[in-house]
Amino acid sequence: MTANQITFATPLTLEHARQLEELLRTLSPEEALWISGYLAGFTRQPAVSVVAAAVAATPPLLILYGSETGHAAALAKRMEEQAVARGLAAHAVDMAEFRPQELKEVRQLALLTSTYGEGDPPDSAAGFYEFLHGRKAPRLEQTRFAVLGLGDSTYERFCQTAKDFDQRLEELGARRVQDRADCDVDYEAPAAAWIDAVLTGFAGEAATPAIVVTPAPVERVAPVARVAPVARVDRKHPFPAVILDSLVLNGRGSDKITRHVELSLAGSGLTYVPGDSLGVLPENDPDAVAELIETLGLSASERVPGGDVGDIPLAEALARAYEVTTLTPRFIEHYAEIAQSDPLRRLARPENRAELRAYQADRQIIDVVSEFPIAGLDGKTLVGMLRKLQPRLYSLASSQTAFPDEAHLTVAVVRYPSHARLRKGVASAYLSERRGIDDTVPVYVERNKNFRLPADPATPIIMIGAGTGVAPFRAFMQERALGSCGPSWLFFGDRHFRTDFLYQLEWQRLLRDGALSRMDVAFSRDQADKMYVQHRLREHAREVYAWLQDGAHVYVCGDASRLAPDVHAALVDIVADQGKLDHAQAEDVIKRLHQDKRYQRDVY
Amino acid sequence: MDRDRDRDLSQPLERLNPAETVKALSDYLRDGIAEGLSDPLTGAIPGDAPQILKFHGIYQQDDRDLRDERRHQKLEPGFEFMVRLRLPGGVCQPWQWLKLDAVARRHANATLRLTTRQTFQFHGILKGNLKPAIQAINAAMIDTLGACGDDNRGVLCSPIPERSALHAAMFPLTKRVSEHLMPQTRAYHEIWLDETPVAGGIHAEEPIYGRTYLPRKFKIAFVVPPDNDVDVFANDLGFIASAEGDTLAGFTVCVGGGMGRTDNEPATYPRLADVIGFCTPDQVVAVAEQVVTLQRDFGDRVERKHARMKYTIDDRGLDWFKQELERRLGWRLGEARPFAFTSNGDRLGWLEGPDGLSHYTLFVENGRVKGEMMEALRAIAGLHDGEFRLTANQNLIIANIAPNRRADIAAVLDAYGLGETRPLSLLRRNAMACVALPTCGLAMAESERYLPDLLTKLDAILTECGLGDTPIITRMSGCPNGCSRPYIAEIGFSGRAPGHYNLYLGGGFHGQRLARLYLENVGEDRILDALTPLFRAYAAERQVDEHFGDFLLRAGHVREVLSGTPSPEIGRGPG
Ligand code: SRM
Ligand SMILES: Cc1cc2nc3c(=O)[nH]c(=O)nc-3n(C[C@H](O)[C@H](O)[C@H](O)COP(=O)(O)OP(=O)(O)OC[C@H]3O[C@@H](n4cnc5c(N)ncnc54)[C@H](O)[C@@H]3O)c2cc1C
Ligand SMILES: Cc1cc2nc3c(=O)[nH]c(=O)nc-3n(C[C@H](O)[C@H](O)[C@H](O)COP(=O)(O)O)c2cc1C
Ligand code: SF4
Repeated sequence: MTANQITFATPLTLEHARQLEELLRTLSPEEALWISGYLAGFTRQPAVSVVAAAVAATPPLLILYGSETGHAAALAKRMEEQAVARGLAAHAVDMAEFRPQELKEVRQLALLTSTYGEGDPPDSAAGFYEFLHGRKAPRLEQTRFAVLGLGDSTYERFCQTAKDFDQRLEELGARRVQDRADCDVDYEAPAAAWIDAVLTGFAGEAATPAIVVTPAPVERVAPVARVAPVARVDRKHPFPAVILDSLVLNGRGSDKITRHVELSLAGSGLTYVPGDSLGVLPENDPDAVAELIETLGLSASERVPGGDVGDIPLAEALARAYEVTTLTPRFIEHYAEIAQSDPLRRLARPENRAELRAYQADRQIIDVVSEFPIAGLDGKTLVGMLRKLQPRLYSLASSQTAFPDEAHLTVAVVRYPSHARLRKGVASAYLSERRGIDDTVPVYVERNKNFRLPADPATPIIMIGAGTGVAPFRAFMQERALGSCGPSWLFFGDRHFRTDFLYQLEWQRLLRDGALSRMDVAFSRDQADKMYVQHRLREHAREVYAWLQDGAHVYVCGDASRLAPDVHAALVDIVADQGKLDHAQAEDVIKRLHQDKRYQRDVY
Repeated sequence: MDRDRDRDLSQPLERLNPAETVKALSDYLRDGIAEGLSDPLTGAIPGDAPQILKFHGIYQQDDRDLRDERRHQKLEPGFEFMVRLRLPGGVCQPWQWLKLDAVARRHANATLRLTTRQTFQFHGILKGNLKPAIQAINAAMIDTLGACGDDNRGVLCSPIPERSALHAAMFPLTKRVSEHLMPQTRAYHEIWLDETPVAGGIHAEEPIYGRTYLPRKFKIAFVVPPDNDVDVFANDLGFIASAEGDTLAGFTVCVGGGMGRTDNEPATYPRLADVIGFCTPDQVVAVAEQVVTLQRDFGDRVERKHARMKYTIDDRGLDWFKQELERRLGWRLGEARPFAFTSNGDRLGWLEGPDGLSHYTLFVENGRVKGEMMEALRAIAGLHDGEFRLTANQNLIIANIAPNRRADIAAVLDAYGLGETRPLSLLRRNAMACVALPTCGLAMAESERYLPDLLTKLDAILTECGLGDTPIITRMSGCPNGCSRPYIAEIGFSGRAPGHYNLYLGGGFHGQRLARLYLENVGEDRILDALTPLFRAYAAERQVDEHFGDFLLRAGHVREVLSGTPSPEIGRGPG
């Protein structure tokens, strides 16, 4: 069988099948490959009515995902590929693009979602989430489903959104083909297992394979048009970026440290647009590693699994491969057993969840192992209890058009005292203290299509950011200042005017040159009453509303727990007051802005 | 004779320095200030408004120690404001002191700076604190209007605490002159004190100054011989008291003093005032007003470096000046009276007047009141029912101490180590430095922060030469403007670049003679190398009671600079 021979089992009409076969016969393998990629990309185009597209002989599999930083999205796409490879008609669709009315037609549903905020759905999933939980949700007796959750067990509401969907689908009468899996930040392995199980489950119930494509022996690749000339850079294959400059943005006397880090992407082939983030793969603080090894009486040279690189010395594994600070419930559970510690065991019991949270909130692994010392632990057992070291994301603070070979980051250095120790954030301290100019840092680009400048530069924009939340707006303005652009309005907040006005000189210049039309600032600690960006928004309610009416896009970036909800509430109130609407109507207006991508958020 | 009028007020604004236009268009000192204060994106007051702000007693500055660092941090300069009080004669009541102390702690950098013109300066006031600070100062019944700017500045008056009757006659005149020559605009009250503007009533606001005020700053001093402790000859206008006992007969009038010069511009130079006649106490205000209007009309408004009255006089002649003044007065000045000065320093420590009141003159190094000394003075202000008088040597007199308070105040002074036993060399007691870095925008070298160290090194040499008990006047300025009046010191320094100074030698001990440029642009080593042999020679060859400056001239180390003439820019060096 050659690459060009295919066997069709519907859904194409005979005529179409014949034409396709004809075409394929005339193609070189490269051309065929390109078309396969093209078609793969094509089917993933938004707003395709997936149900209609797959005229069902057998029920196609809809893979719906809700994702903020792209993990769930990537898994969904991988699932789609694997399903197709198994001969299932499958389509991965962002919840934000999915028309809820079509849900009742869906027979096979795989739902993958992360959780944000304090147990909230990712922004892009909010609309579908509400629909499903609302009164208009259809009965789904004909539907079989499975849910995968992505989350982070250090959050109180671990994988809450996945849990909600799972339960609701059941309430609506859908039948579970596979139990939900709640994945922690180390999601790769459990997610892969879940995908496998779910596809097997669905395939087992499917009568006939929908499409059989047998392209062997070539592996499926991305469409040619998107193949980069250099080796692909991603989370698994980061690019070593040289630090070109690194400086503290806060003036003397500030109680914060915010670093501006300029990295060289020269030779990486990496591309990004304003709104994207840079993933940084940090290393742990060697002192923290040493302290942990010493406290547990381990041998630094013991060989332990180091992830993709096989077995490596413990000290190295702890430095590069595992989180050695973040305390997880799983660690406490395991450690409680090893330490035979009753207090820890008690804490690990499900009914003591709240207490566990409180305990865990301001403690790290070193606190537990110091408080409950044990003897005779080996390195392998230790790393078995740890999570893999996670990359950290930083909003790109530069425009690649303005700085072709550079990536600028604005990094708030996490430092806080707790239980008589000064704690430092892994990646922020790594970037700002342990790596300096001329050192390299492994990075990759994390796209964020949900945080994008309007296609038409003439469209007005309102940018709202506090602290490092201003980072992407620096990129936005660099991009917009290159050509002629519509009105731009920036709201910025931080603690003190004199020391914490991040990039002050640049904003002043942009204002002078006219690229930035307006800027309003809120410095929370310069006066007796705390003053935040949402207060400024409310002060200028009339103008904000007028900008919205002129088609302005609104961007919010920064703190997810306070800034985002407070700004959201302010926007709803502004729309209600100025547009003479009641609260619910105003919420609807904002929701529509969100759906139309005129209200975008990048909050963390 | 009426000279060429092509550089003065008679010309249209376009022909004059742009600063004149800014003043003229300022709507009598209003324009841009209120807007600038409320601009949240900068700690500065944008545009030309800072020039206008000076008339309100406020200088926009930035912390120069942080300038490079902040630029690198993508932050604007660390803008902050200096506020100078209008305090005629340097007289301040204890309750006012307490309020000013509070302003310094709450709104400024927790220091009070006593200036070479008998007033206080606050440094490091952030824009947001400016209005509260000015309001708090005004609540102490002190204002800042006209403390800076192209107008009459703070009026000096010898503090003479031990001659209270004479001070009582002089001080009211000092105040009257100061008040008479204050800007009359309501801008100050509107902007800082929330006074509601009177509609349409702005045009007759400045009967003396007009809308462009003076070409440049203007300075007046009252002095009582034999102490020239206000350096009367460094002022545009000086009144030298003639007293018969404690009765004030009148004043010998002198005009045309000033220190400011610019390096490498020989057309700028320090100049001592010339005596032109005599007036009675009730003629003082008229003389002051007419000297001011004369300078208003004839001063150079094209070149600001040439706009002080000393140049008006040198360009047109002293005789012309006197004639024009008398024409304006409508009467002739009397014959100058003889006077004799013996020093220009302060008498530190305790003094007692014939009225039984005591006075303590406290040495304040370079005028900077801070830390422990600030604590001590706050405590004293709480005890004291007399006055404080600031001296033009940056020191402080706790004046009019009642007999029953003296022991308490002395106890506080002793407790803080500020009593008469405080170890201070004579060199240090007689030294002054201007503010310079980090606040002064014009500074080229350190001054206030450096002179104390240099004095320690000079003291070691003097002690070695056996000159430890000889007073020598040393003054340092961080740039050629000469705010510490270095050009009339026996040893003077003006900053040229970081760590580098011009060295001037041979000034008179009581401010009667200019010093000559001796070395140009030299660092500490060269300074010490040059002074060591001169000290040695002075120790070996001085005559009885001969001052160091006088010795340098007599022994031929330095040639005399004749008062009132342009000093040659490049000194001859030794000889
Ligand atoms: C505080 C003080 C020095 C001190 O250490 O005490 C001072 C400080 C400054 N002087 Fe002065 N001058 C001070 C007495 C003097 C004197 C001495 C005197 O008047 O007896 C002089 C020399 C006499 C004279 O006027 O010629 C003096 C001649 C200048 C000049 C040069 C003027 C000229 O004619 O060229 C400037 C520069 C200017 O005006 O452009 C200047 C400018 C300044 C400024 C405001 C710098 C500026 O314009 O940006 C300095 C503020 C520094 C700071 O951070 O505080 N200051 N200045 C004195 C305040 C006096 C007061 O209370 O009003
Ligand atoms: C899309 C996205 C964009 C981002 N953009 C930026 C950006 O532009 N700039 C930026 O600085 N960051 C940004 N972040 C956050 C960034 O990714 C990291 O989370 C952050 O830098 C902290 O990482 P760390 O390794 O230094 O700290 P970690 O070692 O991960 O420690 C952080 C943890 O410390 C704990 N902690 C922190 N403070 C305290 C405290 N006071 N008391 C008790 N516990 C505390 C919390 O549990 C917190 O989760 C972004 C995140 C996302 C998801
Ligand atoms: C601001 C923020 C809030 C989060 N809140 C939660 C949470 O409440 N519960 C949880 O399980 N995970 C939470 N997470 C973790 C994410 O769900 C997790 O990083 C997930 O892998 C993201 O997947 P995605 O890239 O598909 O969005 C949060 C992450 C961020 C950045
Ligand atoms: S002499 Fe120069 S440096 Fe010193 S305060 Fe005056 S202007 Fe500033």
